[in-house]
Amino acid sequence: MSAIASFLTLVLHLALMLAAAPLVLGLTKRIKARMVGRIGPPVMQPWRDLARMVRKQPVVADGTSFVFRAAPFVNLAAIVAAATLVPSFALGMASAPMADLLVIAGLLALGRAALALAAMDTGTAFGGIGASREMMFSVFAEPAFFLVVFTLALLAGTTNLDAVASLITTGALGLRISMALALVATLIVALVECSRIPVDNPATHLELTMVHEAMVLEYSGRYLALIEFASALKLLVWMSLIGVIFAPFGIAPRDGDGANLAPWLWAVGLAAWAIKIGLMSVGLSALETTRAKLRVFRVPEMLGMALLLGLLAAIFLFVSQGFA
Amino acid sequence: MERIVFGTLPYDLAHLLGGVTLLLSFALLSQRRIAATINTYACQAAVLALAACWQGYVQNAPHLYVTGIITFAAKGMIIPVALHRLVRRLKLAGGVDAALGIFPGMALGVAMVALSIMVVLPTTVQSQALTREDLALALSVVMLGLLMMITRKSALTQVIGFMSLENGLILAAVSVDGMPLVVELSVAVLVLVAFVVFGAFFLRLRAQFDSLDVTHLDRVGSAHR
Repeated sequence: MSAIASFLTLVLHLALMLAAAPLVLGLTKRIKARMVGRIGPPVMQPWRDLARMVRKQPVVADGTSFVFRAAPFVNLAAIVAAATLVPSFALGMASAPMADLLVIAGLLALGRAALALAAMDTGTAFGGIGASREMMFSVFAEPAFFLVVFTLALLAGTTNLDAVASLITTGALGLRISMALALVATLIVALVECSRIPVDNPATHLELTMVHEAMVLEYSGRYLALIEFASALKLLVWMSLIGVIFAPFGIAPRDGDGANLAPWLWAVGLAAWAIKIGLMSVGLSALETTRAKLRVFRVPEMLGMALLLGLLAAIFLFVSQGFA
Repeated sequence: MERIVFGTLPYDLAHLLGGVTLLLSFALLSQRRIAATINTYACQAAVLALAACWQGYVQNAPHLYVTGIITFAAKGMIIPVALHRLVRRLKLAGGVDAALGIFPGMALGVAMVALSIMVVLPTTVQSQALTREDLALALSVVMLGLLMMITRKSALTQVIGFMSLENGLILAAVSVDGMPLVVELSVAVLVLVAFVVFGAFFLRLRAQFDSLDVTHLDRVGSAHR
């Protein structure tokens, strides 16, 4: 692939991801409202909220250090970097050589660590509770995700997301129970990472249930806008990640494997991506309307299940490849 | 019958259905509520029925379709509905108390799966791949059923563990070709009979102790001795 085409793909991808992130959040809220019989806010509402918050003057709590002010930027930068690496509608972007799954996990962890530090920096009880809960969850979520990554690495021989996805697109792997187990594990981890309902309720400030919201309670104005935008983008990154690993249908292939970079391949890739994200939004909304939030101390149990499923996926890979 | 190889659709789908059955065994092990446990059991039976039908298609063995239909009707429909009615009649709504925590139970479950794999793979080197894998999966389901019987206190969930164990046996039976229908029929009838016996047992237990907790039986036994 020519360098220009791959760079162009990257620019278009990043622009789309940034533009679509609040829309996906708005869509999810809208579908969720419809499912419980309300009309719900318009899909554009998160964008309007962001625009409103950017205009407002932020209030910074007394006694906070530079950590408090830097954290939203670090968090957003880490998640935008992760968004650059996760392919959406086309493989073989300019960022493909760097798109290592461990790097993506690390970037997301960096963003989370920045927010947790900022929450501790305010010195309030809520901040501390939120940070400690978030860290408790991630202690369990990250090993589970790493086991999924190792399963993929055993299958594909690499942890590069682009290479994994293009191998899966060829269909050479067929249907695998390892992939099914890894999918369930990834879904659980994604729900935890995006602070969605069985773990955390993004729609409430009810103090007993907050995790993510407790951490960002002291933020306001443009700092809050950055954080809200980052968490919307994080949701889209996870959706794209799940789409590209477990359902890479229609994604525009890497150029240079004999295929030419035809505009219609991009169009197909874009349509497939939109459909996948739409379906995942519906699935997420259905899950969130039918499930109640788990008690905080049940969450590590659920993540432990994800960990064990990831382990099982790796074990079955050994069986089916005859290593055992 | 042509040799079924890894990477082809018959193999992959059979493997996947077996894997989903195993996954549902884990789901059973992790459920806390009785109603959810019963529903998960019904799901497992339905997937098992699909697996049986798929094997019937792959092995070109019509009697496996019958097995699939029996499995679905008896274990996917009749038994779950009856269990739900039993739960309502005995007013058992509420939590299932696991004797062991859920997470240690799951961890033991993974150990059981590893054990089954280590037992099955070396002993079946000559068999074809499909049989080996499905035997490993089926043995895992059996082991998880046993584990569920050990880790639960309530008699009802222990019975569900027993029936899920039996699902594992059916999974093993359908994945080996040449298993006569008679055997499967008798196993299915056996489960129905066992279910009736357990139902009577529940009623007695309930009438006697006002609970389905089988630890009461230990106390009575020692009191008589």
